[in-house]
Amino acid sequence: MTNNILELDHLRKNFGGVVAVSDLSLNIAKGAISSLIGPNGAGKTTIFNLVTGFAQPSGGHINFSDRRINGMKPHAIAGIGISRTFQNVQIFPNMSVLENIMVGRYLRSRAGMLYSCIFPPILRNEEKRIREDAEKQLHFLELEQYADTPAGSLPLGNQRMLEIARALALEPGLLLLDEPASGLNARETIAMGELIGKIKEMNVSVWLVEHDMDLVMDISDYVAVINFGGLIAQGTPAEIQRNPEVISAYLGG
Amino acid sequence: MNPAEANLVDLVQFFFMGIQRGCIYAMVAMGFNMIYNATGIINFAQGEFVVLGGLMMVSLTMALHLPIVLAFILTVLFVVVVGVLMERLTINPVKQPTVLRLIIITIAVSIITKGAAMMFWGKGSHYMNHFSSAEPLDFHGATILPQTLWIMGILLLVVAAYVFFFNFTMTGKCMRACSINRDAARLAGIDDRKMVMLSFALSAGIGAVAGIIITPVIQMDYTRGAMLGLKGFGAAVLGGLGNSTGAVAAGVLLGVLEALGAGYISSHYMDAIALVILLFVLFIRPSGIFGSSEAMRLKEF
Repeated sequence: MTNNILELDHLRKNFGGVVAVSDLSLNIAKGAISSLIGPNGAGKTTIFNLVTGFAQPSGGHINFSDRRINGMKPHAIAGIGISRTFQNVQIFPNMSVLENIMVGRYLRSRAGMLYSCIFPPILRNEEKRIREDAEKQLHFLELEQYADTPAGSLPLGNQRMLEIARALALEPGLLLLDEPASGLNARETIAMGELIGKIKEMNVSVWLVEHDMDLVMDISDYVAVINFGGLIAQGTPAEIQRNPEVISAYLGG
Repeated sequence: MNPAEANLVDLVQFFFMGIQRGCIYAMVAMGFNMIYNATGIINFAQGEFVVLGGLMMVSLTMALHLPIVLAFILTVLFVVVVGVLMERLTINPVKQPTVLRLIIITIAVSIITKGAAMMFWGKGSHYMNHFSSAEPLDFHGATILPQTLWIMGILLLVVAAYVFFFNFTMTGKCMRACSINRDAARLAGIDDRKMVMLSFALSAGIGAVAGIIITPVIQMDYTRGAMLGLKGFGAAVLGGLGNSTGAVAAGVLLGVLEALGAGYISSHYMDAIALVILLFVLFIRPSGIFGSSEAMRLKEF
């Protein structure tokens, strides 16, 4: 058993002739907050899509907890413990906040499709348990007062919190956050940073793509920098901030 | 009876007739919506589910003399299996599923099913006993068949089950989630292909129920699917595609308008009336009378 929860091994992705990810090898440490930064179009979101099964790699491998996951479907990858949020919030706007989280707990419930068709009374207990779990989740994110509100009518900051809550409802080992602070104001960004810290304390490894450098440098244990789909540098935030290559390619730009 | 009273009795009579047919359109429309919400396509084999339900019920009750409740359950199961097979064999294997491709496949399935039904049940129309008495009940001079009451009651049960399923069960919530935002649902670990299969199963089940309850009053034959499907589609569009409460209201409304038209204009125009209404809705308010135009813009179809 290694100390890495996720290993990318010579990962490649081409879209036609365009190389989005080129020969990327990168490890994500277990129990830590890792960040992935790079200029726009560097391939960050593509890497997240490859890891979560929304896109298939053109070459190379992805291992999660020493298990090869490339080629698996998104719902199967979610099933083994990788959860994610999107850059533009993906929630179920016309379902209530509580229902959004309950759907996130679907995989952790025993109520399979056949099962729930055959045993409706048992299902109701199941439903109650899921509801209680979801309420705990809401409490953790301090969103209780919105439980019955349609998710689409929440302010953006709370929608992001909700998306994270739904992702956490899956009880993932690894949580990928795609620009969690984009569109948030300063106060909301600070709250987001605190939340990510709390998630780490829950023993969930976090991998973050973010443009807000203050946030990244503040909360990350490790930072990796990519450009044109390839790795430029990796290390602790302090090392990255001193790295001349990074400064010229990105920070100093 | 004075003329004013006679007119009123006529009106009530047409109304009953309309409700009876409208309930069926409502159920067909619910079936359309279920698959539409899961896949974004219109399943043109929806009417065939109704026919299969009706014909199978005829065989089980009239030829094999099974009790109605048992035959009802077996028939619904049979059509559900047909629906699941349809999805597994013709929809699921499609490599690059586009809306147009899938719709054309459903048309093919409808033609094949119709052919198979003709081979098995023959070209004649099939009579089936009413669930209870076939004696019309008197209602202030107008008459209503006990079967019409059965149809209304079963529609209410189906709607109640539908509401319960989508709002109070996890599987139902997951199906809703999948139709609202498929990517997010997959991230939550929901297998979207399984949800599509389930939507075909449920939709076939509702179609079967519609076929079973209408057969005693219309006598089922293998060609009925197209017209029932078309009227149900009209109801689905009228109610706003994907909106199932709208579909139920629109289905009943369409049935009543059709019956009034048949009664006061000419029964020859009965089918035309429903289709003219459908055309007007498409011209004037394509999102349906109960649908929001905003929701419509978000859909791909």
